[in-house]
Amino acid sequence: MDTFNKEEFHPKIIEALLKAEDGLTIEDSLENEMILNMGPQHPATHGVLRLVLRLDGETIVACVPELGYLHRGYEKMAENMSYIEFIPHTDRLDYIAPMCNNVAYCLAVEKLAGITAPPRAQYIRMMVAELSRIASHLVAMGSLAMDVGALTVFLWTLREREKILDIWDLICGARFTNSFVRIGGVANDAYPEVIEKVKWFIGQFDENLDECERLLNTNRIFIQRLEGIGTISKELALDIGMTGPNLRATGVEFDLRRNSPYLFYNEIDFKIPTYTEGDCLARYFIRIDECRESAKIVKQVVDKMPQGEIRLNQPKKVLPEKREIYTKMEELIHDFMIIDSGINPPEGEIYSAVENPKGELGFYLVSKGDGQPWRCKIRSPSFNNLQAIPHLVKGYMISDVVAIVGSIDPIMGEADK
Amino acid sequence: MAITKDEIINSLTEVKPNILFETNEHRDELTIIINKKDILELCKFLKEDIELEFKLLEDIAGVDWARRKNRFSVIYHLFSLRHNFRISVKTDVDECDCSIDSISSVFKVANWQEREVYDMFGISFKNHPDLRRMYMPEEFEYYPLRKEFPLMGIPGSNPIPKK
Repeated sequence: MDTFNKEEFHPKIIEALLKAEDGLTIEDSLENEMILNMGPQHPATHGVLRLVLRLDGETIVACVPELGYLHRGYEKMAENMSYIEFIPHTDRLDYIAPMCNNVAYCLAVEKLAGITAPPRAQYIRMMVAELSRIASHLVAMGSLAMDVGALTVFLWTLREREKILDIWDLICGARFTNSFVRIGGVANDAYPEVIEKVKWFIGQFDENLDECERLLNTNRIFIQRLEGIGTISKELALDIGMTGPNLRATGVEFDLRRNSPYLFYNEIDFKIPTYTEGDCLARYFIRIDECRESAKIVKQVVDKMPQGEIRLNQPKKVLPEKREIYTKMEELIHDFMIIDSGINPPEGEIYSAVENPKGELGFYLVSKGDGQPWRCKIRSPSFNNLQAIPHLVKGYMISDVVAIVGSIDPIMGEADK
Repeated sequence: MAITKDEIINSLTEVKPNILFETNEHRDELTIIINKKDILELCKFLKEDIELEFKLLEDIAGVDWARRKNRFSVIYHLFSLRHNFRISVKTDVDECDCSIDSISSVFKVANWQEREVYDMFGISFKNHPDLRRMYMPEEFEYYPLRKEFPLMGIPGSNPIPKK
């Protein structure tokens, strides 16, 4: 953290900081107060988030988040590449849970093109999406605990996450940026050894999660640093556009898996955990509960998974399998056509959203009938969740900012696009 | 409790007869197309009507149509938690009068979303409390998501900050 040097800030940022209270001029406020810059290179801001804080002593009077340090222009890039080429780029949005983003994007393109993946592919998608939800929540819990000083839990949750990365390695050959889901299906089938490993993981997961939870729930410092910190009301949270666990921690039962079911979530039995406190502790508890629910979903998905095709047989829209391209003429032609000119969805525009670990990830796609999307707008959950930070930190101490940012769990890769 | 598309359209014509609109349906999604002067009134109605309760503004997206007469579109995606129903509100903005009313007085979330549209397309939002660029530096002169902006960027347009 640096102390304030007036030349380093753009005048508009200072103007926004002072706007929080009426009737204050810059001379007034700087007499007793201080402006402090936190980030973009700060270990507790989870990436390149920059917060400009206005302080009275150690209490925060106003806060202005500055984004854009990881802006890579994905929306512009999407307009200049085919629908299939953009799948690997969705991995880099929420890089803690890449599988969820693949699922979200492919569902959006399928909706635009008017196709549906076969049931087995959809069940595999559900399985990997829920596993990545667990993986994401484990990192969120661990790094929140680390931010407020309980280091051990981070190592333990990362040990669990490692097992999920091993499953991903087995199912698609990549541990981190997977690009596993395809338009009209998935890349590989879930072979018996994958299913076995998933079953083994789910079998031992609850016990290990209990272990992590015991370590934190009996830690008095951890509880005291989170309880009653960063509270937000139900109405404000909805108005400010929070979604996902952060919204459910305030008591709004909004989960797209239930509210507008996609894939086969309406056939699965699961609860949507909600808390009413809306503070950092509730946001931590809700992630633990969601991990348990996701484990339950994965268990049901594995049991219910039907046999059959993993990719739709529609040569004009869906890439054929590799070994068929090498041996059959028709498939070779179709593969060439799709790669060369794209899948050309009919003219129109759609918005499709799924429930990601961080909240609602939506894609707004506009097609003009070409191989490339005319417009691809990404509605990222972290971007909208971060907007609540000025409301959450107001009136709390600097040390609470670390806990609040950790409990919101922003991923700058998707907030900045 | 489900609500049908016709019910929404009917209640809109009944309660707000002064708002002229067209509807469009694609892949089971309802889009309401209106003139940009009515946007604030319509959003207020959709949010506060006790029958509809579209309380979650999911996203605001801009689109550049390049050669069309009304060059830009601004699209609002709203979700009703009560009915589990999503609608889009679409309105056109011309390049000569490149501005539209801000709805951040109705939805707080619109604050940043409108800033993003302003940053990427240069559409200015009237009565916005804090209209700054969202991602690009304040000194940047271009609007990156306009179709004439090259994919590789403009050399020298985004200088490295001095020490």
